[in-house]
Amino acid sequence: MDLLRRLLRYGFDTGEKLLSLAFPASWNPLLNLGALGFFFYWIVTASGIYVYIFFDTGVAQAFASVEYMTNDQWYAAGLMRSLHRYASDGLVAVMLLHILREFALDHYRGVRWFSWATGLPVLVLVYFAGISGYWLVWDKLGQYVAIVSTEWLDHLPFFGQPLARNFLSPDTLESRFFTLMIFMHIAIPLIALVVLWLHLQRIVKPRINPPIGLAIGTGLSLLVLSAVAPATSQGAANLAMVPGRIGLDWFYLGAYPLLEKLPGPATWSAAVTLFIVMAAIPWLPPMKRQRAASVDLANCNGCNRCMNDCPYNAITMQMRSDGRPFEGEAVVNPDLCVSCGICAGSCPTSTPFRRLSELVPGIDLPDRTIAAIRADTEAEGARIAGPARIMVYGCVNAGVATACRSSNVGVVTLNCTGQLPPSFIDYVISLNLADGVIIAGCTENGCYNRFGSKWTIDRLASQRDPHLRARVPRERIKAVWAGRLGVAKLRREIAALETSLKGLGPYRHHADRAVTPEDRADA
Amino acid sequence: MPKYVKFAVQALFYAAFVAAIGVFSAWPVYRQIPEDSAQIKLSFNHGGGRLQDCRKLTSEELAKLPSTQRRPNNCARERQPIAVQMLVDGAPIYDAVLKPSGLSGDGQAETYKKFIVPAGKHTIVARLRDSKRTEGFDYESSFEVDLAPQQNLAIDFKAEQGGFLFR
Repeated sequence: MDLLRRLLRYGFDTGEKLLSLAFPASWNPLLNLGALGFFFYWIVTASGIYVYIFFDTGVAQAFASVEYMTNDQWYAAGLMRSLHRYASDGLVAVMLLHILREFALDHYRGVRWFSWATGLPVLVLVYFAGISGYWLVWDKLGQYVAIVSTEWLDHLPFFGQPLARNFLSPDTLESRFFTLMIFMHIAIPLIALVVLWLHLQRIVKPRINPPIGLAIGTGLSLLVLSAVAPATSQGAANLAMVPGRIGLDWFYLGAYPLLEKLPGPATWSAAVTLFIVMAAIPWLPPMKRQRAASVDLANCNGCNRCMNDCPYNAITMQMRSDGRPFEGEAVVNPDLCVSCGICAGSCPTSTPFRRLSELVPGIDLPDRTIAAIRADTEAEGARIAGPARIMVYGCVNAGVATACRSSNVGVVTLNCTGQLPPSFIDYVISLNLADGVIIAGCTENGCYNRFGSKWTIDRLASQRDPHLRARVPRERIKAVWAGRLGVAKLRREIAALETSLKGLGPYRHHADRAVTPEDRADA
Repeated sequence: MPKYVKFAVQALFYAAFVAAIGVFSAWPVYRQIPEDSAQIKLSFNHGGGRLQDCRKLTSEELAKLPSTQRRPNNCARERQPIAVQMLVDGAPIYDAVLKPSGLSGDGQAETYKKFIVPAGKHTIVARLRDSKRTEGFDYESSFEVDLAPQQNLAIDFKAEQGGFLFR
């Protein structure tokens, strides 16, 4: 399983890297698969509402009404029909990629099982909705879909008489079947929307809309495809004939030839087994993760920052329970905490300058404490030497920092770049532990823990608490969004900073220089 | 990478994406049965006769029953299994004994079978036994058909309409 994940992860990382050459970080399609899924869903909904105005249910009327849209009103309803088809296919494509990517990134185990478990029914519902849509057109493909679907269902011992008998010959088919199918075709996507709402419950600020540029690009492309290659029917259904040659929509109907050719018990067993394995996969095997963040009330002043920064809704504030004169206190829900440490990075008490008392922040990770990060920082600071010493704080999920350790480059690993309180940068430079600092994380907009890189950028730019103090020389700091394939990039950035630091010379510590207006403002 | 090159690569990506969607939404083409073949579909639901004859209750037996449950006959629920045979040009392609459905075996027996045959003229014989007899059949139909390529010939059975129906 781990090997499969690694291979897939490498594939996705390579794809993301290639796409990043042409797309801005926020537009990278591989980083917006879920949002693109929503976007396609809305296109399908809007085009479906339009098509429904002209659609007529009934054995004879269904095909005729779709033909009218395609041929007589090709410029509007025909275009909408094509958009409806192609956006549905796009939805399946991005959903499957989304599932594979979350699997590859190990975003489906541990506390994240909920997103996986609620995503799986959405996949099934989208397939049901798409298949019922093909049925409604009642062309040769619709006939094929109807017969193979009902024959497959008839292998179950639930139905009084075979459903497929409804399609035995032209005189056995009734229009009420189409009424039932149109009801299902509308109801199933609505149910899927409710499950999608559940799917997003455990994450903060879910990205459900793609960036405008990506939305325009994909939307226009689908429109062009609809105009250039409009979706057409494949001849009216005729139960007196076998459909013969049919153009299958392989996104939705790829398994149909197998359902048709293989024995029913085998296909049902395979489908049920696949579903059970997919549902159980978060526990095959369960994730061995670090312990959840814990709150130390003696150091928590109820400032809300950890709650505001947590990407997974794992922290809430409650009334103060220890009688101290603060309004609230942070409470961690261990069932939601992924141990990213972003909360510890946001805590104003996570400052390495603390010497009078033990370095215990208001909130911290028991298995990767802020005190341990300070100890590692000091050890690495004592080890490195040379004219341009650099301290690299590297995210373990990007995993590239350790490869860059050398005689003048110290490396301290973090669970996420967001775990680093900005005061550590000040600490490193003002205590002369290094001449410069690099923060190395996942790719920009591709943070393993959703918001770690964004909060880091904002904190360094003094746009989000806790700010990096103004006295810290910005020319000695660099944030490198290297990603898992970014060792070479990180090495280049380290070399560039080394050159720059040599040019700058040793940092004049505030005790050795005149007080500047920035220092006063900072103070 | 210059900006215009980036836009061009983005356009190429979108083109590749929608091309993949356009292509795989209807290609490769699938053929359900060989081009010069036809399909015969045999499907029916039919309840066979009772496995045991009904027995008329005696007046003593009737007297023992509560007044609301007195009925003249005592009938076992189980139905006969149904024997079906189908031959195409003298060769048997289907020979089965269908069990009645239901936990008590009192429902209709059913079948739904498809057979692929070469297009052209064929003699189809369908036989069905639903009674207690052990040899021979209660219903038998023979049809000469000229099946066009890709034709779907449905064979149904309705006892009230005289037996097998070719549709």
